[in-house]
Amino acid sequence: MTDTVKNTDLKTENGRKKRLLIRMFSYVFRYKWLALAALIVMLASNILALLGPSLSGKAINAIEAESGVEIPKVIYFCVLMILAYVVSAVFSYLNSIIMVNLSQKITYTMRKEIFEHLTELPVSYFDKTATGDIISHISYDVDTVNTSLSTDLLQMDAGIVTVIGSLIMMLSISPIMVSVFLFTIPFSILFTRYKTKRIQPYFKARSGKIGELNGYAEEMLSGQKTIRAYSREDVIISRFDAKNEVTTKAYYDAEYHGCVIGPSMNFINNVSLSLISVLGGVLYLYSITALNPIAFLIIDLGNVASFIQYSRKFAGPINEFANIMNEIQSAMAAAERVFRIIDTPAEPADAENAVVLRGVEGDVKLENVKFGYDNTREILHDLSFHAKPGSLIAIVGPTGAGKTTIINLLMRFYDVSGGKISIDGNEITNVTRESLRRAYTMVLQDTWLFHGTIFENIAYGKEGATMEEVVRAAKAAKIDRYIEHLPDGYNTVLSDDGVNISKGQKQLITIARAMLADAPMLILDEATSNVDSRTEHQIQDAMYKLMEGRTCFVIAHRLSTVRNADIILVLKDGDVIEQGSHDELMEREDGFYRALYHSQFDL
Amino acid sequence: MRLIFRYIRRFIGMMILGLLIKIIGTLMDLVLPYILAHIVDNVVPAGERNTIFYWGGIMIICSIIALVGNVIANRIAARVARDTTKSIRHDLFKKVMYLSSERLDKLTIPSLESRLTSDTFQIHRVVGMMQRIGVRAPILLFGGIALTLTLDPVLTLIMVATLPFIGITVYFVSRKGIPMFTEAQAGVDNMTRVVRENAQGIRVVKALSKTDYERRHFDDANRNLVRLEKKANLTMALTNPMMTLFLNIGLAGVILVGAYRVQGGLSEPGVIIAFMSYFTIVTNAMLTITRIFTMMSRGTASANRIKEVLDLEPDLPVIEKGEPAENDGYLIFEDVNFSYNKVKNNLSDINFSLPKGATLGIIGSTGSGKSTLIQLIMRYYDPDSGRILVDGKDVRAYKPEELHAKIGIVRQNDFLYNDTIEENIRFGRDISHEEIVNAAKIAQADGFINETEGGYSHMLTAKGTNVSGGQKQRLLIARALADSPELLILDDSSSALDYKTDATLRRAINENYSDTTTVIVAQRVSSIMNADLILVLENGEIIAAGKHDELMQDCDVYREISDTQLGGAILD
Repeated sequence: MTDTVKNTDLKTENGRKKRLLIRMFSYVFRYKWLALAALIVMLASNILALLGPSLSGKAINAIEAESGVEIPKVIYFCVLMILAYVVSAVFSYLNSIIMVNLSQKITYTMRKEIFEHLTELPVSYFDKTATGDIISHISYDVDTVNTSLSTDLLQMDAGIVTVIGSLIMMLSISPIMVSVFLFTIPFSILFTRYKTKRIQPYFKARSGKIGELNGYAEEMLSGQKTIRAYSREDVIISRFDAKNEVTTKAYYDAEYHGCVIGPSMNFINNVSLSLISVLGGVLYLYSITALNPIAFLIIDLGNVASFIQYSRKFAGPINEFANIMNEIQSAMAAAERVFRIIDTPAEPADAENAVVLRGVEGDVKLENVKFGYDNTREILHDLSFHAKPGSLIAIVGPTGAGKTTIINLLMRFYDVSGGKISIDGNEITNVTRESLRRAYTMVLQDTWLFHGTIFENIAYGKEGATMEEVVRAAKAAKIDRYIEHLPDGYNTVLSDDGVNISKGQKQLITIARAMLADAPMLILDEATSNVDSRTEHQIQDAMYKLMEGRTCFVIAHRLSTVRNADIILVLKDGDVIEQGSHDELMEREDGFYRALYHSQFDL
Repeated sequence: MRLIFRYIRRFIGMMILGLLIKIIGTLMDLVLPYILAHIVDNVVPAGERNTIFYWGGIMIICSIIALVGNVIANRIAARVARDTTKSIRHDLFKKVMYLSSERLDKLTIPSLESRLTSDTFQIHRVVGMMQRIGVRAPILLFGGIALTLTLDPVLTLIMVATLPFIGITVYFVSRKGIPMFTEAQAGVDNMTRVVRENAQGIRVVKALSKTDYERRHFDDANRNLVRLEKKANLTMALTNPMMTLFLNIGLAGVILVGAYRVQGGLSEPGVIIAFMSYFTIVTNAMLTITRIFTMMSRGTASANRIKEVLDLEPDLPVIEKGEPAENDGYLIFEDVNFSYNKVKNNLSDINFSLPKGATLGIIGSTGSGKSTLIQLIMRYYDPDSGRILVDGKDVRAYKPEELHAKIGIVRQNDFLYNDTIEENIRFGRDISHEEIVNAAKIAQADGFINETEGGYSHMLTAKGTNVSGGQKQRLLIARALADSPELLILDDSSSALDYKTDATLRRAINENYSDTTTVIVAQRVSSIMNADLILVLENGEIIAAGKHDELMQDCDVYREISDTQLGGAILD
């Protein structure tokens, strides 16, 4: 019983590997003509290189000629020889050009596929996966796969030609001596299979550990300033060391077990050689001493010598195969990680009959919405409210009450686990995500700027925005003076963790970005939390203008900013405990909002 | 390359041992063909069956020694590679952890990240490869040349005459190639940055439906990297055909000169034939050396990138103590001026003194220099002029760890990492569980922590994406409080808290940490109105300083800020 289970396990395991290999090589197959060209050029170059020795042989014959050294002939052959080698060198470089192109094409495609898939993954993937690990997939893993695919594959092809050629020659000389390989080759195959099976987990571990190390490094580098603020460098370094230790050990383990294959293959070859020499010798003796030697067994000395020559040629590529197998194991481990990203389910496709939201009025309805980030904890229990077109909805409540979660649901970064959300009567699961998201402009507390000029960062909100528009938006967001004081003005490049720019200024830039993006609805999640209140006051008019005629969802702590809201939702522990306008809510004697509001001044 | 050797030196004993074993193994491998030739040429024609078996046996023994020797040597090579990489990576990470902010900003995180992983990985490959294939090739090369010398020194000279050409090729190709690889690695940095940005800004990208734009963005980075890699590889690929060509031209020369020598009776055809077979060995060895050489160029580029970081001279040196302060304030700024880009001042003429246990509030418009001021207290940067004293001593006269041991800080954008809540608060310090719970209570975090599944041992995701903004801030405040700091700095760190929690929090801090000197940077007047000293910053200058009531009287800007925020109170 357990045996059959094991068997099917093995079978599926083998099937999985086979599929993995096929999938890996399918990348080469996409450029089959290029690969073929590489192969042809490689063969041509090799043949030309073989021409060299035969020419040099002729030159030497000219030296050995009975009539004395024939200098003109020697010169003639030497010149030919040089020509052959020049052409061969050209071919060989041509081969490199093709190979480099091929391998870079494969790398390019793989990276492109990973990245494009990344952009289709749900937000939850990024919330859960360490950025460094993602980076490791796209750089280290792809490189590993590519190294193996592009170089090994062609080496193998070229090797096969040699192996087949040598085998034919050997068979023609003495089939009986070939029988030695009947023992040694199956042995090498079995050995390689056994070994690779054992090595595979080590290679897998290796790729995984590299990803983890990358993830840790990325995390700690991002927090370097804090780590320094607490002088925790030592502790963090020692933790890094532990991960480093594990990673390098995974490397070592893979190499420790992998490095046996090469010398072992060599050993098996050497044994074959020894057996062939001995067998050849014995057969030769038999041929000359036996009275009536069986024709089949007869061999002369010259043939023994050339047989050995061929068997060495034959052994070379087989040796290489073993090493290549090793490389392929490592490539497979990396490929598995690459494919795992590519196979991570993307955001589920839009419903078949999904409508494209057009001319959005901004009538948003939430009915009995339930949601939790994982199955164990529900954040929103039974949320319902109705935002009429052009209304201002403020969401207030203690931290952790689920305010940002509502935004995640409105934008469909996450899908509700119960109830429904609709816009203008369309349930949002029946609307294309793109049109849904385009219906909102969003400014979040966590500002996000990218490496690029300030102009590009603001213009990000609107395709083809002009400098004038950008400047206008910057003016409205009261960030124009700061920008104009920079040496390069709007063309100043913001670096990753730009020094010269405060968090408040970053928020203003994101607000400017939002002002350019002209969407019918607006989400402001603590959009001005790091902006001082004077500046906030100064941009208020612009903000009101931005909000005018748009359905707005505002999360804010400064209750003065939410007083004008049409509906204030007071959220506590995932429930709306109060709902109404500021005045209505203030009327409730022991209302939560009232208490919250008073606490601002109750110091 | 020097960097690699610097590290390998530590494991030199091990490596030499490995190489010796490798040499033995290699020699065994090389001896086999000679035994083979011996059997075919001498033993078999002699017709003694036992001798054949005898020599066959020797071959097998040699094979076994070769097997064992090579396996052991390879394992030692793997070990040396492991240890070298491990210590380079350790030193690099350590260096990075201690980098000053200015340098960190300049080097950028994505670049440091790829240096830590991608570049160290290249070095691992080079070190391993060099040991594994770097033994056989030189043996064959020099052995081959030596053997030809015994045959005909003149002909050998002709062959050797090609070596300078090969040397020149190697020199020029690597001079061009190494910078190209360096460029390619910079391309890796660039690609890393795009991926990193997208992973972090996924919400914005999706919200603005910028997927196509980002794909193009990545495509540019990808294409650029491919182009750089191609260029570097194609340059390196020149060496192989060039070397072969030179060697073979040398061979033609040997034959030609040989012909004249045979004609002149100075040499024999047999010698030339033998010469040819050795020549093949030398050529093959050269090919292997080309491969090593290509790898080394790539490794050198990576090593240089690592070295660039490792060799940074320590900046922000610790200075002499200097004059004592004029007063006995705990935190003192004396005529401090500072500029990030050394063009326009970000802080000008900052002067203030804060007594021990007092609270300083800093308020001002966005970009007025509030956080910059904090950065200077932490000595992330040094002021251009003037000085800052903490506990009577110039911050530049402290060892960083001594200074930081006094301070608990919550920065804007501060970071949580993938570990338990408890560990995030403890942050690797020697702090008991009770102290952590206590700090969490004061930071108003204990409540929600206990409601979370697993409580203090609940795992946070990287960057703390599984807690809300306000929860994040409270955990960070708990972290700052946990070690009972002398100086507590809260840089706009309660912005995501509701007023009530914020007020309770401040009250709790006042009650429990009365000896602690506190600096609060805030947008809300309510957060700082009870402070002993409030600074109003504007364009990097202190435009007013005093208590809330004084400022309400004297400072228009402050009154304006306060009115916009507390206006509601009057209505009420």
